Amino acid sequence: MSTDHLQTNHFQTKHISVKRYLPDSSAEPYWQQYELPVDDSTSLLDALNHIKEQLDSTLSYRWSCRMAICGSCGVMVNGIPKLGCKTFLRDYEGEIRIEPLSHFPVQRDLVVDMEIFLEHLAAVKPYLIDDNPVKPYDPKAPETYQQSPEQLARYKQFANCINCGLCYSACPQFGLNPEFLGPAALTLAHRYNLDSRDHGTKQRMTELNRHEGVWSCTFVGFCSKVCPKHVDPAAAVNQSKVESAKHTLIALFKG
Amino acid sequence: MQQRDFDIVIVGGGGAGLRAAIGAAEQAREQNTPQRIALLSKVYPMRSHTVAAEGGAAAVTSAEDTHQAHFDDTVSGGDWLVEQGVVDYFVHHAYQELVQMERWGCPWSRKEDGQVQVRRFGGMKTARTWFAADKTGFHMLHTLFQTSLKYPEIERFDEYFVLDLAVHEGAVIGVIALQVATGELTLLRAKAVVMATGGAGRLFRFNTNAGIVTGDGMAMAYRHGVALRDMEFVQYHPTGLPGSGILITEACRGEGGILLNKDGYRYLQDYGLGPETPLGKPENKYMELGPRDKLSQAFWQEQQAGRTGKFGDSDVVYLDLRHLGETYILERLPFICELAKSYINVDPVKEPIPIRPAVHYTMGGIETDPQCETSIAGLYAAGECASVGLHGANRLGSNSLTELLVFGRLAGEQASQRAAQTEWADSRLLEAQADLQQAALARLCDGEGSSESWVDLKHAMVQAMESGCGIYRTEESMQQALNTIRQLRARFNNIRVNDTSKVFNTELLECIELGYGLDIAEASCLGALERRESRGAHQRLDEGLQVRDDVNYLKHSQVFYRGDAHAELRWQDVDTRFSAPAERVYGDAAKGGKA
Repeated sequence: MSTDHLQTNHFQTKHISVKRYLPDSSAEPYWQQYELPVDDSTSLLDALNHIKEQLDSTLSYRWSCRMAICGSCGVMVNGIPKLGCKTFLRDYEGEIRIEPLSHFPVQRDLVVDMEIFLEHLAAVKPYLIDDNPVKPYDPKAPETYQQSPEQLARYKQFANCINCGLCYSACPQFGLNPEFLGPAALTLAHRYNLDSRDHGTKQRMTELNRHEGVWSCTFVGFCSKVCPKHVDPAAAVNQSKVESAKHTLIALFKG
Repeated sequence: MQQRDFDIVIVGGGGAGLRAAIGAAEQAREQNTPQRIALLSKVYPMRSHTVAAEGGAAAVTSAEDTHQAHFDDTVSGGDWLVEQGVVDYFVHHAYQELVQMERWGCPWSRKEDGQVQVRRFGGMKTARTWFAADKTGFHMLHTLFQTSLKYPEIERFDEYFVLDLAVHEGAVIGVIALQVATGELTLLRAKAVVMATGGAGRLFRFNTNAGIVTGDGMAMAYRHGVALRDMEFVQYHPTGLPGSGILITEACRGEGGILLNKDGYRYLQDYGLGPETPLGKPENKYMELGPRDKLSQAFWQEQQAGRTGKFGDSDVVYLDLRHLGETYILERLPFICELAKSYINVDPVKEPIPIRPAVHYTMGGIETDPQCETSIAGLYAAGECASVGLHGANRLGSNSLTELLVFGRLAGEQASQRAAQTEWADSRLLEAQADLQQAALARLCDGEGSSESWVDLKHAMVQAMESGCGIYRTEESMQQALNTIRQLRARFNNIRVNDTSKVFNTELLECIELGYGLDIAEASCLGALERRESRGAHQRLDEGLQVRDDVNYLKHSQVFYRGDAHAELRWQDVDTRFSAPAERVYGDAAKGGKA
């Protein structure tokens, strides 16, 4: 079998600067530099864990799955929102500057307050609304909906959001107005609106049509660039704008 | 100190906890008893480790499949150490739960005709595993989380770290939690509590698990006298990425992936799983579709024989998907491709993936009865933290995602029924227990400094477990591990944290998790040492103990906490009401047999 992957562990030293904020002991954030050994496989999350265990146990950050699916470890890396577990130090020359995700209130160090994000997710009714189901679910005679692979494909990409919040840090509009529902929540609404099993579009449109709904988006598109799962929230939001406009027009004609 | 009253408190916001919360809410509506439900999680629910499950969820689905067949697969897969009444309940409720998920919007992969698609999985006689590409756990978790938002009676406490259960006169009366953002304690008075806190894979150095999988709930119940059952059975998943242990799903093999040693030879045929099946034509219960314990053991044997390759410092074998073709691989296994490319720079479309076994799943856990209730009245457990008796000595892949639905719902319903007939306890009883927790926290954070480092202790623990209780074990290795863990438990009493701040003190949380981990590690080692036979995931190299011994060990181990003293082990009979223990065989050896 192939032995191409016999890696030699070349450790080199890198410097990481972390923006610290400890509300218990200092009013202002400050920068702290750490020096650590890294090799080709070292992720930023590995580096943070190394700092935590070997250099400074007071550094706080969120993490869990370390495989880019739980969405916990978003931070700014040289000003760009990234998942710590999917960012590799081999890709960076010189000093690396790590900050908490932009546009969210900082709780401590790299930990930001995600409550507003959670509120926005909940606001769009992100669940299947089957007000008029052909057959209500009956555990005694369980029956699935039919959904063709093509119908699934219409929304599948938009169902892949891991709620990491990177797109909110990338979104200038959310930065200006945190009431803006934002890329992930609007994408989630769109995901359910596109689902052939759902009958909730009308209910969701009330939220989407508001100024803080789809119309706050100015189509910068940075949200889609930073998305670690290629969900393309910019596409979802702009498809939603078309739907929103249609609903508004129809409502006008209906008087 | 904040105090709140709830009818039901659920600890853990993963699949089992969310399903329990929804189950409880539905039950309360049905029985016309309005109830308040608190859902506590140390992370936001969608961060829970359910999110990392990839392959799928099993239920009898096709017309040719039978409940009996799923039952038989599960019982023999667990090497007969399962509660057969529980398995029977499970296989009969699996399908309705997966359909319920579909009705809640789970994006299951589909056949052309619009029906839900199923795939093959290891140890299963036929294709019965529902999947959503290779992110089934992710989609199930998000579907459950989003569906839970429909229920105003469920109040979430995100990033609340539960420190202890409050128990009075044999009944649970609430929980004591630390709000991570503020460091403040919160008392939640409850009439029923459901533990849904997940497994304990982080007791081991090399594992597929998220950092949060530290066995907290197991330790809390255990410290209050509930038995931890069958803790010696720890599943090694045969295919983790070298270096990190990141999971490469069994669905790769279900879809036709093959395992090769360094000579390009499909070695599984040498381990009772053959004969070799033709390339691209996987057969259930043959070769790569054998059960996880046997596949991990085969890796170890190949490693001993010098037939494994190298990736970095790791001994590896190779998972080859190339013959499936790019289109099919990207449709069925997109996440695997992303993971292999990102973390080891291998494109599975073009090259075999180097893999090795990694600790994956805790078969044992908090002992419950078939209705998910523990020996403490009103305390229930479901999902990986629980031992309801479904998995025995080895879990079959895709039974656990279904488990958290079937038993999460059941636990939630049971909790709701109990809460409807129970009063809250006197809140002074809770306050007294909360004071004890406050004192314990104050000691950990007293700023005195410590001669002991939690980092050293943690590393010593995970190393001891890996060396002593790995894929193959010996009397000596397990005794050594048990001795080490007991020393570490004593040393843990001297631990202090450096970080004494209140806000988001993750060092404090890691220390508390380490304390939980050391307690249950002792239970795991003790169960392993005392089980003087080989069964399922517990394989001994000791002379005369390399085979199953039903005469002496067709028993569950139960380990009881004894404070600073050594834990105590007892044996419990196994429910074998439907199927007498038989030889556990795969491949051609199983032909004609029931297994």
